[in-house]
Amino acid sequence: MNLMGLFRSPQNELEKGGKEAEDAGIRNSCPRCGVLLPLSEQQENMNVCTACGHHFRINPRERVSYIADEDTFRELDGDMMSRDLLGFPGYDQKLRNAKLASREKEGVACGTAQVEGTPCALFVMDPNFMMGSMGTVVGEKITRLFELATEQSLPVVGFTVSGGARMQEGILSLMQMAKTSAAVKRHSDAGNFYLTVLTDPTTGGVTASFAMEGDVIMAEPGATIGFAGARVIEQTIRKKLPQGFQTAEFLLEHGFVDLIVPRAEQKRAIARLLRVHSGKPLPAACPPEAGEEERA
Amino acid sequence: MSAYEKVLLARAKDRPTGLAYIQNIFTDFIELHGDRRFGDDPAVVGGLAALGGMPVTVIAIEKGADTKERLRRNFGMPNPEGYRKALRLMKQAEKFRRPVVCFVDTSGAYCGLGAEERGQAQAIAENITGMMALRTPVISILVGEGGSGGALALAVADQVWILENAVYSVISPEGCASILWKDPKRVKDAAGCLRLTAQDMEELGVVERVIPEGEKDFAAAYQEIRTALSDSLPQLLALPPESLLASRYARFRAF
Repeated sequence: MNLMGLFRSPQNELEKGGKEAEDAGIRNSCPRCGVLLPLSEQQENMNVCTACGHHFRINPRERVSYIADEDTFRELDGDMMSRDLLGFPGYDQKLRNAKLASREKEGVACGTAQVEGTPCALFVMDPNFMMGSMGTVVGEKITRLFELATEQSLPVVGFTVSGGARMQEGILSLMQMAKTSAAVKRHSDAGNFYLTVLTDPTTGGVTASFAMEGDVIMAEPGATIGFAGARVIEQTIRKKLPQGFQTAEFLLEHGFVDLIVPRAEQKRAIARLLRVHSGKPLPAACPPEAGEEERA
Repeated sequence: MSAYEKVLLARAKDRPTGLAYIQNIFTDFIELHGDRRFGDDPAVVGGLAALGGMPVTVIAIEKGADTKERLRRNFGMPNPEGYRKALRLMKQAEKFRRPVVCFVDTSGAYCGLGAEERGQAQAIAENITGMMALRTPVISILVGEGGSGGALALAVADQVWILENAVYSVISPEGCASILWKDPKRVKDAAGCLRLTAQDMEELGVVERVIPEGEKDFAAAYQEIRTALSDSLPQLLALPPESLLASRYARFRAF
């Protein structure tokens, strides 16, 4: 249960979403094509722009509802919260704001779930909580999830969205890159499957650790994925970056992403990958569905 | 001394660079080149050397001692090839059960177009998991700037040491000031907030040892490192690889 919900009711029509938003005529403007989308239409289309296919950033609860079978998600460590470990000015206030903005307690939701009946461990980062930045709690929750998955021989599916390490936790946030990677490596060495789904944006220390460590790396169309921020690179090389630099498509072209899958097709794609790695015999081959491109 | 003064000392142009540590601590250095995938990154130097009678693999990020060298070495900002070369040499060390010693001194991994195209993040991630699983001892020594993921990519070790006036940080104080306060001039405040000095590292449990520096003369520091390595490496080598790996896991699991 989300405790924040006890203390705070939706503050505007946008937050209420759904039918009420439709009644109120709430529209969102697509950041890519600028079209005004009725919120209800956007939500029905899995928060993908109906005009241009832009994938909006979404919170972990929505993400889980798209991927996990109904009522199968069991959250783990949902009460873990960050503290201001270094006495960093303004961090406490930032954490309070992030909790209000996201209605979550930290920047990642972890748990177990089933995807088309296959059990897995699942983590989903939150763009609304300090842009999914990784501090000690985010690192700890992900590490615990991998440790649990190793113990129970579960595959891990992880949705990344992050601006990188959380600088308000200084060097301790850098250490999370090593801590999480260590747990990923143990999980991997035990023969378990790890699928990462890179969503917009995945950058910095998260890209340079567990985001790039999947056995299979999937990405959402158009997602920004990289190590350094585009502005930093432009300042370093004193040149404008080419169109499409650091997009999912760019990474695919350069060999760092296995496949790009639109949101509407992700559940099916993830389920197939989980089944292939489940150690169980696969169901007898079905004829390809109408309109489906068979490449396997 | 303020945290920012430490940052300036760590970046000082007259400070010894990575190669100086290799040359002054070890003998019989044989440099080995290339990542066997794309190229050879001059910002990362690596090879074989001797510490007394013990063969070791040594790797150093090299900033360059003069202007010409600094340009050639890209000011010690490695490209993915540098990290991949380092990992190749570490795996070679593992095969022959040689210990690995890394000297880390970088403002960060290079933020360039080619670096992104060739997978800077992937290279760093691979080094982190690769070092975590390396079945031979690793000691990493932060000798100047320890700039974020680009430094961590060579600092996943059984022991991490730091020189008295070196720093280690998740972001540069300049970057922190401009993101946080939109004011790069507040760099001194940022340096203080980030807790990046060698003394902070010791307090936060990020390093096992702080190496004292002499006044402008690093001979004592070289000697101290040589003695400490001669002491620690045989002890680590005597451990079965499984317990070495278990302690390395526990070391980073604690954060």
